[in-house]
This record gives sequence, C-alpha cells and structure tokens, in this order.
Amino acid sequence: MTVALSGDEVAGKLKKKFPGSIVESGADSLLVKSESLLEIAAFLKTAPGLEFDYLDFITSVDYLDYFEVVYQLISIKHNHSLVLKSRCYERENPALPSVVSLWRGADFQEREIYDLMGISFEGHPDLKRIFLWEGFPGHPLRKDFK
Amino acid sequence: MAIKTEPFVVNFGPQHPSTHGVFRMRMTLDGEVVVDMEPVFGYLHRGIEKLAEGRTYTQDIPFTDRMDYLASMTNNFAYVLAAEKLAGVAVPERAEYLRVIMAELQRIASHIIAVGTFLNDCGAFVTPFMYMMREREKILDLFDMVCGQRLTYNYMRIGGVSHDIPEEFMPALDKFIREMPGFIDEYDQLLADNEILLARAKGVGILPKKLAINISASGPVLRASGVNWDIRKVNPYSVYDRFEFDVPLGSAGDSYDRYRVRVQEMRQSVRIIRQAMEQLPEGEVWNRMPLRLRPPAGEAYAHIEAPRGELGFYLVSDHSATPYRFHVRAPTLINLTALRDMIIGWKVADAIIIFGSIDICLGEVDR
Repeated sequence: MTVALSGDEVAGKLKKKFPGSIVESGADSLLVKSESLLEIAAFLKTAPGLEFDYLDFITSVDYLDYFEVVYQLISIKHNHSLVLKSRCYERENPALPSVVSLWRGADFQEREIYDLMGISFEGHPDLKRIFLWEGFPGHPLRKDFK
Repeated sequence: MAIKTEPFVVNFGPQHPSTHGVFRMRMTLDGEVVVDMEPVFGYLHRGIEKLAEGRTYTQDIPFTDRMDYLASMTNNFAYVLAAEKLAGVAVPERAEYLRVIMAELQRIASHIIAVGTFLNDCGAFVTPFMYMMREREKILDLFDMVCGQRLTYNYMRIGGVSHDIPEEFMPALDKFIREMPGFIDEYDQLLADNEILLARAKGVGILPKKLAINISASGPVLRASGVNWDIRKVNPYSVYDRFEFDVPLGSAGDSYDRYRVRVQEMRQSVRIIRQAMEQLPEGEVWNRMPLRLRPPAGEAYAHIEAPRGELGFYLVSDHSATPYRFHVRAPTLINLTALRDMIIGWKVADAIIIFGSIDICLGEVDR
C-alpha cells in the first residue's frame, strides 16, 4: 500500500532547512511558498528517507483568489506519496518555477497548465501551448473564461 | 567525394495510419535517420476537463468513455473510484468483483489492439492483427451482454455498476477464459521468437530504467524498463489484494520488451478473472446515490492501473452538484515525454515501431 505521508510530518523535516517557506501543512498536503518551491522539490527528491523520485502528476485549480498548483510526488523506493502545493496570487501573469530540471515528466504537464490555465513556468525548456493553437484567446480552465 | 546533404523536415501525421489516431510528429531527417522530433498534440482536444465542470458527477461518466476509447471500462473505473472517495460512498462487494472482471477483460481487449497494431507496424501486415481482433470480438460480446454497448460502455456508476450480469454471461465468460490461454500460446508460437520480429524490435528504442522513472512513465512502458511498479500491487484498490497474480517485467526496456510485457499481462489478467469468478459473491450491485450527488467540499485523487498506465482522476468539490475541477492524469500523454529520446538516431521505419510500442490512444492524450 502506498503510504500517504502527512504534510505535517514532512514539514517537520523541512522546517530547519527552509525556515519561513512552509505556508501551511495538514494531514493531506503541504503548501509551500512559490519562491522556494524548486529548492524544496529538489530536497524532497534526494533527501534520504524521502527520495521522491517519481512525479506522479501536476495539476492546477483556479480558486479565483489564487491559483493552486498541485504536485503528487511518489517514492518508488519507499512506496510513499506526498501532495505538495503552491499558490500564485497574481492573476495577470501568474508564474511558478518549473520542475522539469528535476522530473522531466513535468514537461508536457506544465505546458498543459500553461495552455489551459495560463500559469507560466519559469525555466521550462520549451514553454508553449500544447492542445490549443498559438493565438487562442484566453485560458479555458480559468473560472472567468468566457 | 563528399556529398553535400542537408536536414529535411517531414510531417508525419496527423493523418497517417501509423499514428494510431491524429498524432503528428515533426521529424527532422538526415537521409533516413531521425535527427530531431517534435510531437504536436491537440488534434482531438475536446476540452473534456472543462465540459465536465458543467455536468453532474453522474453525467461525467460518459465523458470518461470517450477519452481512452479502447479501454472505456477502466476509464469508468478510475473516475467512479475518485468520485466515491470524494463523496465517501461504499460499494457492494459483488459490484467490486464485477468491476475487476470487466477491468481485466478490458485490459486483454486493449492489449490485443496494442500488440496487433504493433505487429502491423513491424510489417506483419494485418494477419496477426485479424487473429487478435477475432479474440477481442468475444470480449466485446461479453460487454454487450452486460451493458448493451461495444465501445463506450458507461457501465460503472458511483456506488456500483449499472446492471447485474445476465444469465448467459458466466457460461460465455467461462468459455472465453478457457480458450484464451491456448490462443496466446498459439500466438506466441508464431511470433515470440520470430526472427523478423526480433530483428525489428530487439534493442530498438531503449528506454533506460532511470529515464523511465524520471519522465513519470507508467504501465507496460515503465515495467518493460524493469521497474516493478503496478498499482494493483503497490497500492491495491477495489478487491485486487484478494487475487494472486504476477507482474511481468522487462529487462532491456526496448520495443520487444514492451510487446512481451503486454502479452504476459494478458495471461495474468486471465488468472485474475478466473479467481474473481470463483469468489464472486451474491448480492446487490449498486448502492444507489442521488443523481445530483453533492460531495462534501474537498478534493480527492484516485488512480488505477489502466491498460496503458496509471490513470487517475483528481476531483475538487465545492459542495455543488458539479465538480469544481476535474483533472485527468492521462498515462499516454506522459508516456510520450520520452518519445524524442527514444527515436533520435533511428531510421524512420524504426521510429514507427518505437512509437507503436508505447501504445497511445489520442482520445486520452488530447482529451
């Protein structure tokens, strides 16, 4: 059975190394500041005992006040998982660091989020629309899309 | 004498029989050798994730049929699991077993297409494919019996399945289960050690273990690279923890291994169905839920081992009758991430085999 690690448990391991980066932690997830997302993700990927070598999926939700990007991480070695989240409060040009440098599986998924939700991923090797054509007006998965 | 050459760009697809749908590869060739490739998606994009936000949880089930249309049953399965997790719905035991039986039949039917078209791509034109289609037909007949459909089943419901199996189902399933292993043997005898198949597929399009994990590959693509990761085993859902079965693995991660893993998985599916038939309990099959189900506000992710890899649904509820967010973790889109790495340096004819060995369904890639 894949053990879902609690956000609190992982937050305890991160607090010392990344003071002030953890916004919220709960039983199901861990919410971190977007500025430290890449550093924390890199730490989670290699830290002994955690070793999240497999990025299960990325998705995004538009809560109107903010965009939430959800990363489901899995460690194949330890068979445990973690839901890592980060938020963008900017509506005009929301951006997050790209995690493609850590997990290449993020490549098409970040493009999908950029295409349909309009969140940019800084450092992505080839960020462009994936399903819709260049010049399509707006981002359909946003709640205010008409 | 030096011959002056220059790279040449070929648009492979979207209308081409070897793309298995409407997929486009923008290949840069040096003579016959692929030096660069860019996949182009979106020709079948219907905006299912957005459409689903405007329909009730029950109305969204038929949408899932239309994603990976070669494996509608497992799409239904993954979605209802996520919706049940979100709403906290219990499922009758008989329905769990029926779901497993249908999901494993679907795996066989889907692998039949994967293997058949793969051999087509290898040049064993249509004959093995037709042999395979003959067996798939029997599975479609079985599905027809339980839900009246042969492609888009819409069979599973939040809280169970829509119909109990009719009287004639079990004898027909029993007959199929008894015949299928012999058919796979026959198929193996003709093809597994076929010299041409070995020459075309062995060592072609290798996906190393480390890269497979890094690109989040799943399903037979991941297991052919030697990673023992089958969601039915590592995170059992429904009643999968009650069955004995093995997880076939590859070692080289080449096109041949991906083909072999699929053939062996069909045998394991037969094993699971046989056990499920023996254990199938009596009782209700549907714990009926209100049509306008309003799950408590929150989020849920449920995933299954679909024929093409890990299929998952991430649902967010705001306590209304429609999902606030409906995201699909599409295994085939993610499995394509490494396609470029796998085909660079191979000839065009090999590129088609490598692409075929990943086994994609554009309905799911583009959604």
